[in-house]
Amino acid sequence: MTEGVATTGRPAVGAELRRFVRFMLAELKPKGKILTPFNLITGAIMLVSAVVLTIRFTKGLGAVTNLSQDYPWGLWIGFDVVTGVAFAGGAYVLTFMVYILRMEKYHPIVRVTVLNGFLAYVFYAGALLLDLGRPWNVINPVIGNSFGVSSVLFLVAWHFLLYMLAEFVEFSPAVAEWLGWRRIRRYLGAMTLGAVIFGITLSLLHQSGLGALYLMAKAKIHPLWYSEFIPILFVVSSIFAGLSMVIFEGSITHKVFAHRASRRLHATHDDIVVGLAKICTGVMFVYLVLQLLVFVHGQRGEYLSTGWGAWYLLEIVGFVAVPAVLYAYACQVRHMTAIKVAAVLALVGIVLNRLNVSVIAFKWYAAVRYVPTWMEVVVTLGVISAELWVFRWVVNRMPVLDVIPGLSDRPDGSLEPVRSAA
Amino acid sequence: MKRRDLLKTLCAAGGASVAATALRAEEPGAVVGERDRLGVLVDTTSCLGCRMCEYACADANGLPTPEADVELTATRQTSPDQWSVVCRFETDRGPVSVKRQCLHCLQPACASACLTKAMLKTPEGPVIWRESKCMGCRYCMVSCPFDVPKFEYDSAVPKIQKCQLCFDKVQEGKEPACVANCPARCLTFGRRSELIDLAWSRVYGEPDRYVRHVYGEHEVGGTSWLYLSAVPFDQLGFRTDLGTTGYPVLTKEFLYAVPLVLTLVPPFLLALSRATRARDEGEEEYDDGGGA
Ligand code: SF4
Ligand code: SF4
Repeated sequence: MTEGVATTGRPAVGAELRRFVRFMLAELKPKGKILTPFNLITGAIMLVSAVVLTIRFTKGLGAVTNLSQDYPWGLWIGFDVVTGVAFAGGAYVLTFMVYILRMEKYHPIVRVTVLNGFLAYVFYAGALLLDLGRPWNVINPVIGNSFGVSSVLFLVAWHFLLYMLAEFVEFSPAVAEWLGWRRIRRYLGAMTLGAVIFGITLSLLHQSGLGALYLMAKAKIHPLWYSEFIPILFVVSSIFAGLSMVIFEGSITHKVFAHRASRRLHATHDDIVVGLAKICTGVMFVYLVLQLLVFVHGQRGEYLSTGWGAWYLLEIVGFVAVPAVLYAYACQVRHMTAIKVAAVLALVGIVLNRLNVSVIAFKWYAAVRYVPTWMEVVVTLGVISAELWVFRWVVNRMPVLDVIPGLSDRPDGSLEPVRSAA
Repeated sequence: MKRRDLLKTLCAAGGASVAATALRAEEPGAVVGERDRLGVLVDTTSCLGCRMCEYACADANGLPTPEADVELTATRQTSPDQWSVVCRFETDRGPVSVKRQCLHCLQPACASACLTKAMLKTPEGPVIWRESKCMGCRYCMVSCPFDVPKFEYDSAVPKIQKCQLCFDKVQEGKEPACVANCPARCLTFGRRSELIDLAWSRVYGEPDRYVRHVYGEHEVGGTSWLYLSAVPFDQLGFRTDLGTTGYPVLTKEFLYAVPLVLTLVPPFLLALSRATRARDEGEEEYDDGGGA
């Protein structure tokens, strides 16, 4: 924090402001090479997305999507929102482990996970706005002139909003450290536990709430995926979805931002990953048992011999049972690559499950099926790209990967020069 | 019930089970006053398939005039431009024409799904859509078991379109446009309770002419539009697998659990975090913020 606003003494406000502006300008600039393959590809995707979205907002949703009267919700809801939020579940699980259960081992990755979660909500839940036909009315259920309290969507929308706030509070100490605001930093730090407790509660509710949305589509979702227990299945699977995402993202972040990570994180990263993998194993077996109970309870046996049955088995066996076993095995022998493979398989399983409920097994009887247009896919990729850019910008500036427990300040000296562009 | 109870116990948000039991005690039955709601009885045995109702609907609601030269098929659908369509089905007893539109459910899925109350069940009976509230999320479309609400995908200022049961007219005591213009008197407008009596008196009066089923009397908790038929309703493209429970019940358990989770989980987490605190840790312990 060389350039931060000094908190010792009382320099003139004007001078302080000028220093702050200079600091911000310097920080806003990209650090590192600009013309990297990653930047070129994601940049192009975002440009195309911007064009597509312009068409979408001037000509209507029909101009760029394959949504229809039969399929009112497609990729943008089914993947961006429903799947994206499940992937962001790591934040509430990790804050629970570290701040409530005090599993100190996982402390080094809390901040990056919370950042990931926060950005995921901002971008993926934000993608909801792209899908709204009349987004200018989005404030209606918030400002209170029309509370549709009987609607699960009302609940989910509110929880998204509040949860983003909670996650921002959880992350805010990093921002204060970056700016060198020590006193504010202390107040923000004191709010962490409250935000964590609030955040976990909200997460349980909206992770299950996303599933509860589909309870209303009783007559439209294939019986292999519809049950009154969708909310419970969604909440349980969000635990291993989130943690698998932490493992997967962590393995990439750890390489790309190696120069930013603290020595402690370097030293304990493998231990942390193995620990997370163990938790995933446990939760996945619980999830499998739940799925089995729901299967028996719903008397779904007769559907197994159909094509849908095969598709269902692929999801449950191929992408839940197999990664669960692989996780268990890899933890035993401490095989880091196998853990990563298991994480990827588990993530694919979550994508399958969420898309099955929301898109694929939705109106499974319809004559004309929904398949997203290339434009819907590009916008989805564009949303992910934008999130990655912001993530990189933050990690390269704020103390996210390189904090030392107990110290409120980033150790300036130990940092190597930043190499990746942001 | 056993398995369900077991699953309930396993529920991560433990409070839900309490809520579920509390709920079951007061399973919502008939909405108070619903027997007085306005509705329409459609007697498909006397429908000519002349489509006068389609024209009357378009005329009354400022929608484009329907094309004159169309073949009546089983798959015709209402659309953003057309709230009412006549379909034709080949049945055991020859071709039958059926008018389709919003059924104006007594416990509408669309209205309970709507987070802005844009979809509203009026006390008079019609389920209406209010432009100034709607945010275009299309959850009503996902929820409606009859796929009635239609969305204007080709507009930058899209609306949800569906039959409003001529709300303005019925408020003034007039008949809906389709009913007033049906030359075969196949549509009857009135209080729902009287329509049900009328329907059953027709069924009992001419048992050979009708099946013993008034569609909409119990389906999804009852609808304001009721149908009579000579053949089983599945031959007329009606869904007969929807059950008799009102759709709002589907998410009620979940919604009941919400306040419980909100009040029970935070103190539990707080207590847990207290319990795990090491003795020697001081007040400053959270000062490492979201990080470290
Ligand atoms: S038929 Fe559909 S749109 Fe009409 S009231 Fe019932 S749920 Fe709503
Ligand atoms: S699209 Fe409009 S009417 Fe339908 S649920 Fe959403 S806000 Fe309500």
